Formats: sequence, C-alpha cells, structure tokens
Amino acid sequence: MASPSVSGPALSLRVVAECGLSKARACELWLPHGPVLSPVFMPVGTQGTMKGITARQLEGLGCRICLGNTYHLGMRPGPELIKQANGLHGFMNWQQNLLTDSGGFQMVSLVELSEVTEEGVRFRSPYDGEEILLTPEKSIEIQNALGSDIMMQLDDVVSSTLTGPRVEEAMYRSIRWLDRCIAANSRPDKQNLFAIIQGGLDPALRTKCLEEMMQRDVPGFAIGGLSGGEAKDHFWRVVTLSTDRLPREKPRYLMGVGYATDLVVCVALGCDMFDCVFPTRTARFGSALVPWGSLPVKNKQFAKDFRPIDENCDCPTCHRYSRAFLHALFRSETAAMHLLTVHNIAYQLNLMRSIRESIVEQRFLQFVRDFMRTMYSGQERYPLWAVEALASVNITLE
Amino acid sequence: NRVKILVSGCRLGTLTNLGKNGVQTMELPGCLLYTKTGSPPHLTHDTLQAIEGVPAVVQLTLSTLVELHEVLEEYKAGIGKFIGMPESVLYCSLHDSSTPCPPGYNSNKTVSIWGYGGRMEMTASKFMSMQRALQPDWLQCLSDGDTISGETSRKRAKKSVDRSLSFLDECLQLQEKSPELQGSMMVGVIEGGDVLEERLRSARETAKRPVGGFLLDGFQGQAMAKETKLKLMASVTAELPEDKPRLIHGIGKPDEVLECIERGVDVFESFFPYQVTERGCALSFSYDYNPDPEAAVLEQNGIQDAGKNGIEKDINETSKADPEITSFEIFLKEKRYRDDFGPLVHGCTCYCCQNHSRAYVHHLLVTNELLASVLLMMHNFQHYFSFFHSIRDALRDDRLDQLKELIFRQAL
Repeated sequence: MASPSVSGPALSLRVVAECGLSKARACELWLPHGPVLSPVFMPVGTQGTMKGITARQLEGLGCRICLGNTYHLGMRPGPELIKQANGLHGFMNWQQNLLTDSGGFQMVSLVELSEVTEEGVRFRSPYDGEEILLTPEKSIEIQNALGSDIMMQLDDVVSSTLTGPRVEEAMYRSIRWLDRCIAANSRPDKQNLFAIIQGGLDPALRTKCLEEMMQRDVPGFAIGGLSGGEAKDHFWRVVTLSTDRLPREKPRYLMGVGYATDLVVCVALGCDMFDCVFPTRTARFGSALVPWGSLPVKNKQFAKDFRPIDENCDCPTCHRYSRAFLHALFRSETAAMHLLTVHNIAYQLNLMRSIRESIVEQRFLQFVRDFMRTMYSGQERYPLWAVEALASVNITLE
Repeated sequence: NRVKILVSGCRLGTLTNLGKNGVQTMELPGCLLYTKTGSPPHLTHDTLQAIEGVPAVVQLTLSTLVELHEVLEEYKAGIGKFIGMPESVLYCSLHDSSTPCPPGYNSNKTVSIWGYGGRMEMTASKFMSMQRALQPDWLQCLSDGDTISGETSRKRAKKSVDRSLSFLDECLQLQEKSPELQGSMMVGVIEGGDVLEERLRSARETAKRPVGGFLLDGFQGQAMAKETKLKLMASVTAELPEDKPRLIHGIGKPDEVLECIERGVDVFESFFPYQVTERGCALSFSYDYNPDPEAAVLEQNGIQDAGKNGIEKDINETSKADPEITSFEIFLKEKRYRDDFGPLVHGCTCYCCQNHSRAYVHHLLVTNELLASVLLMMHNFQHYFSFFHSIRDALRDDRLDQLKELIFRQAL
C-alpha cells in the first residue's frame, strides 16, 4: 500500500484504490481538520451555515468538508469579526474541514460588475452601495481570516459560453493572479491554496493553463470555468483533458458539479472533489433526490403517498416521515425544507460512498452500469454525452 | 391522576395513564409542545430530540390540520403516526393561538375554523368525522369561544355557553358511536365571556358531562380587564372537580402563567416561545429563585438587556424590534450583539447556547438564514420548558412567592 504523498505542509493524499479500467480513484485526503475520503461531494453552506440544518446534523450525516463563500462572508459579517471568533470554524462551530472559494464566481453571477482589470475585480456592494475592489491579495487576506482548510485562488472568471480573446486574456490573468495569491498566503502551513485551471472550452488554452499552473507549487488543483451552461459534449472533454495532465498525487476538484450523473461520469474521468448548490437548493424548492431522478413532493400527486421518499434510504427523514406528510408540511412549514435538505445531503453523500466502495472493491464498472440503468429507464434514454464520456475511459454500458 | 392542592389555589401533581399505551405521564403545572401542521415550528425530529424537557403531550391544532381530512381518512392510522410522533400523547385544539380568528362567524350549529385554504364551517358531525381520522388522545370539544373581540353582550355570552353545551352533548353522543375514538378523552370547554353567571353555569353544566378535562376558553386577548379575567378564572376552577386537568389557551407570558396557576389552571400552550422566535428574539428571563449569592448570573443575562430597555436607536438598524417584544426576551438583531461571543443566556444548557454565540445568531438573523429560527426555537422551547420545571420545583419547595417576585420584577 502506497504511503501518502505530501502535497503541501497542510495536505497529503493517499491513493487507496484505482479502477483498472477508467481513471476513477478512491483516495484519503489528510487536511488540518481531519481526513476526508474521496471521491467526495461537498455541500455548500454559503453564509456560514448549511441552510436550515445544524452543524451537528451535518456532521451526523457523515459530512467531513463543506463550503463557505468568501464573497458573502467577506461582506457580512466581515473578516475582522470572523477572525475574532476564531475563524469560520469557530464562528459557525464546525470542527470538520472547510473550503472557501475566492469570491470570484459571485463576481460574475451575482454582482453589478463595474470592471475587471489586472488589479482585481471592482464591484458595487449590494448592501451599502459602496465600491469595492477585490484583488488576489484581498481575497487571500479574507480567506486567511476565515481560516479555511482549502482556499481557492482568485481567478478571472468568464462565462463558459463565451468565446474570443477575452477567454484567453482571463486564462493568462488567472495564472498571474495565482502567483499573487501564492505570495499573499500568510498561512501556508495551515491553509491549502488550490489553483483553478481556466481556458474556457478551448483545448489549447486549457493545455497551456495546465502547463503553467502545474509549475507552481500548490497542494491541489481545481477545474474551473465549467458548469455554466456549456454543452455537455464540451464539458466532459475539458474535464478529461485536465485529469490526463494533472498530477496523480494531488487532489482534483471539479467546481460546481453536483447532479448525480455528472458526478459518476466525472469520477470515472478522474476527479476527486465536487461541490454544488443544487441538492440543497432543490430541497428548499420541494424536490427530493432519489436514485431514479427526483420527486417534487410539493406536487399534488404525493398528497396521499404514504411511502418514505426512498425505501432504501436510511437518512433521518426517510426513517420517520412519508412523502404525504412532507407534502402537507411543505405548504407552510420551514421544517419541510429542513427535512428535504437532510435527505438530499444524505443522498449525495451516500452516492459518493457507494461510488467509493465500488472503486475500492474493484467493481466500479458494474456500479456505473447499475447506476445508469436505475437513473434512466431504458438505454435509449442514456444521455449521449455520458455514454461517450464513459466509453472514452473504457466504461461501456450495454 | 394524582393532583394535590397547595396553598393559594395552586395545584401540583401528575396526570398518569396517558397515551395509546396508557404509560405516559404529565407533570402539572405544565405546558404542551406547540406544533403547526403536526410539526414543532422549524424543527425536525433530530433537532427536537436535542431539546431538554420536551413535554409529554403534544398540541395539534385543527386549523392547521383540517385540509388533511381526506388524506387522513385514507391513511387510517391516525395523526400521530402520520406526523412521525407515534409515541406521543396528542391533544387537538380547535384554533392556533398564534393566529387570532376573525370574530362573528359562529352560528348555533357551526363553528368556523381558519385553515390554510380559508374558512371552514364545522358542524358537530363534520368535526367528529375529522377527529375520527385524527384519533387524538385528548380533544377540545367543538365550542363557541367568540367572546374575545371587544365588548361582548350578556346575550352573546349566554349563547357561547348554550352552543358549547349543545356541541358537547352532540359530540359525546357521536364519540360513543365511534370505535376510533374510544380511547380519546373529551375536553369540555367552559365559555361565558366576562359574565360571572354564565361562567358558573358553563362550569357546572360542563362538569356534569363525562369529560376528562376542562378548557377555560375566552380568556385570551385583551378584551377583558385583567382583574375581571383573574376573578372569573378563580370562580370557574372552584366549580371544577379536583382530579381533572384544567387547560387554558392563549396565555403564554411568564407572569400571566403564574397568575393562572394561582387560580387553579394546570396546562398551558407553548406558542409563546414560538412567537418570540418569530420576532428574532431569545427568551432570557431568569426563573432561578435560588440564585447563587454572587447573583452575577442575573446581571450577566442583563435584566437591563431585556425588552424595551436599552434598545439602541441606530440609524443603520435595518429592522426594528417587533412592538410585541416583551421584557422577558432579548432582540438579537441589535447591533450590540454583533460581536458578543457569549451564549444567548449564560448558564443555559440548550444546544444553541452550548454550541453557538449571540454573534453567530445575530449574523444568521442579519443574513436572513433559516438556521436562525432553528436555533432560536431550540433555545426558546428549552428555556420555556425549564421555566415550567422551576414552577413545579418552587411549588414543591414552597418557594412560589420567591419565583413570583423574581418573575414579576422582570415583567416591567
């Protein structure tokens, strides 16, 4: 059994098992707040809370790493206060691992953008209208105050559907910003800074970015700039191109990926870590995730359905409550959202656990086949991109 | 049931043989676990379990469950199992005390309740049909309590008594014919507005029927003067048998709870901690009538903190405290809590106080996070249940006067 590779003072990774056929691997990731088994799905707790569920509930579901958002927390309550509270871990009393993003994505998706320059991203605060400049240095400063186990570099984020010279500019700028982030990290012994590969959907740009960023001494790499509405055909090709080149002994974090099928395929393509708001967000909108899709329990059809969401799920929600009760509760009570959130997180974590077990037990191929059969009733319904992506790593679905 | 009488009309005791299995007990005086649509607000089974002192008897409200009539008829196994509380003792009341009913909608044959879909007229027959589907352990009988919205005439007060007795007799008859409800206990409802004669008549007549307990209805709200209310309460309970529990709705503030206990009331609701939660507040009043000599605890919790005292008028304050805020609670959205890393209440052993700070809850409120309500509900329920525990202790130790003095001092 190979001993762990030390990727940095605050991270080491051990490849526990590899699927002989595809690029899937099961690893142990050692971080400052404890070990994390991968492939891993990281739920998103944007503002220092998993919406509606307590830290104890989240831990009880088996979660060992979740996300906080630098943009939101940097605005409210701000890095100084969080520092006073002993970092984000202390502030929200979460003793497992935390990953914070740089704030870059919110720049693109949420905020009235003023402009992006070499200096940083200038934007207007939605809370008090003040103009703020987020530089690589500032982002790292905030993340150092938050004290997350993994920090993301500030990258120049552009929409994945964008083409033209802006994509190339953003890619090169992200490299320069990576260097600035590395220089700005005042706690490399306690906090891991991950690089984010950019380059849009252009293989040449992606390759260039990989070449450059891999020359930097970072403990882990993220594949960014995807999951933004681009065609799945392009999406998976960028993912696989990246994992072909990224070092084996460092974790690969695919940002913004969370639908079950995407998770399974991208594990096959060699990714280790994933995050997405989808499971928790869809819960709050009344949808429960199940191995064969999703149940919109809010809908009338469930009013008299006295079965649990999933008879094979052992989460606290399925253990005690029926679809009919959740349907009734959803009309007026926040508790319904919390019950669905618990279930959906359990679903995601159980899925990753099953994936991992199948890799360790050398039956990942069969797992993928069973998964697809359950999710899509009939081979004609298998999404073409998924079939192709899996085939590219020797996983055929009869 | 073993209910002892102590001085000043207070009672201390235990209700036994409760629930479907007949093994549950409830300490008196005590409160019920407040629910909406069968769930304690904001809480799941897990977060409810993390609260200490959760009452044995759960309160359901017909108004939040009435839309489920058809569903429950098909379900057949009763509301307890449906809501994931198969082991709990269940009491079903007509209305939800946190949502007052518009007046003027009851008739000789019907009582209106307001579900999520709007007003529903309940005849005794429809009411009992719903109860057959619910199968609660205790149920408030259909009753006309529409005497609380301002001046009630003698005639109206008399009507409330006549109608409620008529409903009671009809419902008891229907219960006899319902196999599903053989194990359920009818709670007789005492009406009569603010007219002593009518109150006495209601109490005496209701007590003649085979009810398992009594609800003192129509004492909610501001319509009645405090003195009148309390005198009527004492007069009513004097007419009631000692071995059956006396319930009251709509009374939640600690000082008012004590007043009612002194006048023979046993069982209260816990909608009050829910209302406190909804306005972003945490119950902070002390019920420790045996403070340690340093009494630092009182100061720390800040009797000065609570209520209308010291609310900073800050122009940056994005939201003002609810005008309903009482002196028994602190408004955590206030700027002063932004960097207060102490627990909500010093010495509180609830999940929130053991794990989180005022600063964190403040942040959750400012950012409109769902977790704020979860944590506040956990704290507020536990605080309130502990208050009732201290009442029982005080009665046992003959220290009710000290507790009263402490509570009334904080009542402003």
